[in-house]
Amino acid sequence: KKRVFTLPTRQLIDGCGECQTSCQSAKTSCVANQVCEQERE
Amino acid sequence: MVHQYKLNGFNIVLDVDSGSIHLVDDLVYEIIMLFEKADRDGIIRALSDRFDSDDIRSALDEVQELVKQQKLFSQADHAARLFEGREYAVGAVSRTTKERGAVEKRRTAKEECSTADGRLDAHVNTSKYHCWNENVIKALCLNVAHTCNLDCSYCFAGQGKYKGEQALMVVETGRKAIDFLIEHSGSRRNLEVDFFGGEPLLNWQMVKDVVAYARSIEEQYGKRFRFTLTTNGVLIDDDVIDFTNKEMHNVVLSLDGRPHVHDRFRVDIGGNGSYARVVPKFLELVRRRDQGTYYVRGTYTHLNVDFLNDILHMLDLGFREISMEPVVCRPEEPYALTDEDMPIIMRQYEELAEEILRREREGDPFQFYHFMIDLEHGPCIYKRIIGCGAGTEYLAVTPSGDLYPCHQLVDDPSFRIGNLEDGVTEHDLQDAFRTCNVFAREACRACWAKLYCAGGCAANAFHMSGSLLGTDAFGCELFKKRIECAIMIKVAKAVASAT
Repeated sequence: KKRVFTLPTRQLIDGCGECQTSCQSAKTSCVANQVCEQERE
Repeated sequence: MVHQYKLNGFNIVLDVDSGSIHLVDDLVYEIIMLFEKADRDGIIRALSDRFDSDDIRSALDEVQELVKQQKLFSQADHAARLFEGREYAVGAVSRTTKERGAVEKRRTAKEECSTADGRLDAHVNTSKYHCWNENVIKALCLNVAHTCNLDCSYCFAGQGKYKGEQALMVVETGRKAIDFLIEHSGSRRNLEVDFFGGEPLLNWQMVKDVVAYARSIEEQYGKRFRFTLTTNGVLIDDDVIDFTNKEMHNVVLSLDGRPHVHDRFRVDIGGNGSYARVVPKFLELVRRRDQGTYYVRGTYTHLNVDFLNDILHMLDLGFREISMEPVVCRPEEPYALTDEDMPIIMRQYEELAEEILRREREGDPFQFYHFMIDLEHGPCIYKRIIGCGAGTEYLAVTPSGDLYPCHQLVDDPSFRIGNLEDGVTEHDLQDAFRTCNVFAREACRACWAKLYCAGGCAANAFHMSGSLLGTDAFGCELFKKRIECAIMIKVAKAVASAT
């Protein structure tokens, strides 16, 4: 019966800079995989 | 901007500016396709031959409610968060400039970075992202060894030497790098150091000494270091396993997959494959790793576009945290990915996503790095729009202490941006990197994936297009497919948990 199912997402419409730098993770094809540091903590 | 696609039986709609993600039925999917092209009556007429008119009207009401809630066709001036009222040099760094790094054009940010329709609202305040404002550096890639015990022909680092002489970083330089990072990190608490090369295990005692030095002073300065190590595995022993388990936040283990695939490129100086030597060591390291993360990280090329088979082989070996990346090389190399490879690669990613879901259902899940996406706790909007941070918050350090914007540019002396003694000295070059973001790149502004990739890899863009503000079109297509698959996996899991 339901036509639309909206997933929970972080709304975009912050900036502490404590998160991991994009290319310091797993070095050739760099943000989608990053996690907010404040959320992590 | 809206992006909609069908994958694995799901109708998925992404609202770019708000970050909203919707799973919709066939009727709503078609309404959204028509929504900006026709008015309400026009949409009803267009669809009434296939859907009931009352259904169309009620579905239209749902769509319009989402629009009202700013979850569909939303419009936000994210560019204004960075640029409103500021003026920055917009670098046009190309191979043809007399002095690479010279800033050829200086425009106001408003001119350069306004949204595609020329609108730039003034209501959003400016430049909250601290690193942007403060010249804060929070991550270093330490090239501790410009040499390698393998001779992989596809290596972007030119067998570890970066087109230069063999060299090892001395511990004094490593300590200076730690001091430099602390000094330039402002109020940032989390600092990252990646031990890279070449092969960093060829300079292992130095790595341990630098880690010990950083640990000895981090509390004094209110910092927390996260170390990572990237290794080909040849020199892994008990000491390496124990130390990395204790001190390395992440370990990247280079393995390309099936034995014949791995040994095609990953050979020693004598041409002997390394698979049989490194796999047992990787397995032992992973078996004993009880904290932090690891990734078995492969490279796929034109010669193994069936890379899903390599991932399956890694799974058969027992690895569960896997990364598999497209080769970075000149297009004329015989192993370079080609346009003809693209549809095969796309299908491989789709089959990989289906495999992830299948194994999840069967209780044997695994992680594929580029499908990892946290929709609720992912990056904030500032992180998504400043770009990768190369040249600004992230620098590579050579064995001699020279600074480069990125580890992928260390082989080009014209990208030398400074040194540990004097800091960043090439400020025009740094400004050019500072402007590497989604709003400075023509192709990115109109791209639905821009807030997932933040403009992608500046080095790849430069190598493929000759400009830091260009794009790697092939890489972009791969990235978009990976994001579509990653989101589909999230949708499938959400549906499974709701039913």
